[in-house]
Amino acid sequence: MIEVKDISKSFDGNHVLKNITVEFFPGKVNFIIGRSGSGKSVLTKCIVGLMEVDKGEIVFDGRSFTKMDRWDRRIVRQEMGMLFQGSALFDSMTVEENVMFPLKMFSKMSAGEMKDRVNFCLERVNLQGKNHLYPSEISGGMQKRTGIARAISMNPKYLFCDEPNSGLDPQTAIVIDNLIKEITYEFNITTVVVSHDMNSVIEIGDYINFIYQGELWWKGDKKEILKTQNDELNNFVFPSEFMKEIKEVLRDGRG
Amino acid sequence: MLVNVFTRPEKRKVYKKLIVDEIDKIGIQSLGIVALLSLFMGAVVTLQTAANIDSGWIPKWTIGFTTRQTMILEFSSTIVCLILSGKVGSNIASEIGTMRISEQIDAMDIMGVNSASYLILPKIIAAMIIFPFMVIMAMACGITAGAMIGSSTGVISLTDYNYGLTYYFEPFQVSYTLIKSVVFAFIITTVSSYHGYYTKGGALQVGQSSTRAVVYSIVLIMIANYILTQLLLL
Ligand SMILES: Nc1ncnc2c1ncn2[C@@H]1O[C@H](COP(=O)(O)OP(=O)(O)O)[C@@H](O)[C@H]1O
Ligand SMILES: [Mg+2]
Repeated sequence: MIEVKDISKSFDGNHVLKNITVEFFPGKVNFIIGRSGSGKSVLTKCIVGLMEVDKGEIVFDGRSFTKMDRWDRRIVRQEMGMLFQGSALFDSMTVEENVMFPLKMFSKMSAGEMKDRVNFCLERVNLQGKNHLYPSEISGGMQKRTGIARAISMNPKYLFCDEPNSGLDPQTAIVIDNLIKEITYEFNITTVVVSHDMNSVIEIGDYINFIYQGELWWKGDKKEILKTQNDELNNFVFPSEFMKEIKEVLRDGRG
Repeated sequence: MLVNVFTRPEKRKVYKKLIVDEIDKIGIQSLGIVALLSLFMGAVVTLQTAANIDSGWIPKWTIGFTTRQTMILEFSSTIVCLILSGKVGSNIASEIGTMRISEQIDAMDIMGVNSASYLILPKIIAAMIIFPFMVIMAMACGITAGAMIGSSTGVISLTDYNYGLTYYFEPFQVSYTLIKSVVFAFIITTVSSYHGYYTKGGALQVGQSSTRAVVYSIVLIMIANYILTQLLLL
């Protein structure tokens, strides 16, 4: 479990995160949703320590990440995987080398074992046989899947995904979403997904946290989100008149 | 950043391979341009000196002497490193800068890899190893080209040239130039890595970082050149 306790973060007077307290549960897909610029990425970066918080504490399974020094943090970090918005694959390395990179740096595996592990991860994301292609030679969806394979190669306890399906067509997006969900359940990972895509939220979200103007505005599950009376959240989930009508139909149909 | 660069490399084996790769990228792939420039420079210095000492009472061997001094003292280290700062420096800054803006560095940090050390240390070490060899090659090319051009155009005989080459030869001058090249290698790689590593923004900023890397490297090389010359030669 990841506990975020009352954290704040500002950039020269611009208060991006305000006293956010939120928890993420193991074996679940935990969503952070909100409009562009609401502070989702900053929140994620604070959680994983790419940015320092001004105030508050982040605890990974009872270990206070905030209070650790660099060296202890690196141990926790080896339990993290992250899927970046732009995939962030190392473009001088092949698909195989990308997935093998964390193993090479940290594991004590032999070359053969590493190869097996890489092939296992690539198979898991349906990329078998693509070992020797470079990131520039594969499609955006395949890059995302390579990113997932790299993120899970070290058997992470925590998986972070920043807008995992931005820039993908709807069908590929669903493939990626489902992959994230399956992996989360299969390996009991504490998964945090940042998104503004309601499709994925409804598709794979177990717990949903809505950030509005740097504050945690609402949290709940996907059944609750459809029935919420919270205006800001309603406007986010049903942005167009058309969607609002659908909501009415849904409610009437069930009521 | 520099503190991070020199702390706890993760795995020796990984680093060895990286250093070898960088020696190839930084050094071997620049051999052509360095050789070409040195050949022409040696030839030109020889001809210019010859053209300037027509007056008869200056002995011919001065040509060999001048070519040697120019090539060893300044050209092979300072000028070659200035050229390399353009090639190698901009290369390093844009490579690391691109990794920064495409979040590849964040990806490394997340894994727990010391990204500064992984990306930068191999480059610094590789350059400090390979630059002195390139400098020696530059000297050899320049001096040989001078000999060939000098004798083929008939401005000086090989015997005179050789006499000039060995006249008052101080081996320390070679050490001086090698020391300079090691220092310049350090300057180019650290300055360029720094500008790349702290790039913010997009492709435009990567371009700016790489320009800045070259400019700062050049300025620092000139300052270091002055300081080292005063320290070592006087
Ligand atoms: N490194 C930074 N320096 C200054 N301001 C930043 C930085 N990163 C993000 N911000 C600001 O924080 C706010 C939230 O950004 P972000 O978390 O990226 O939004 P999103 O919810 O779309 O991911 C934005 O107003 C942005 O300008
Ligand atoms: Mg974002």
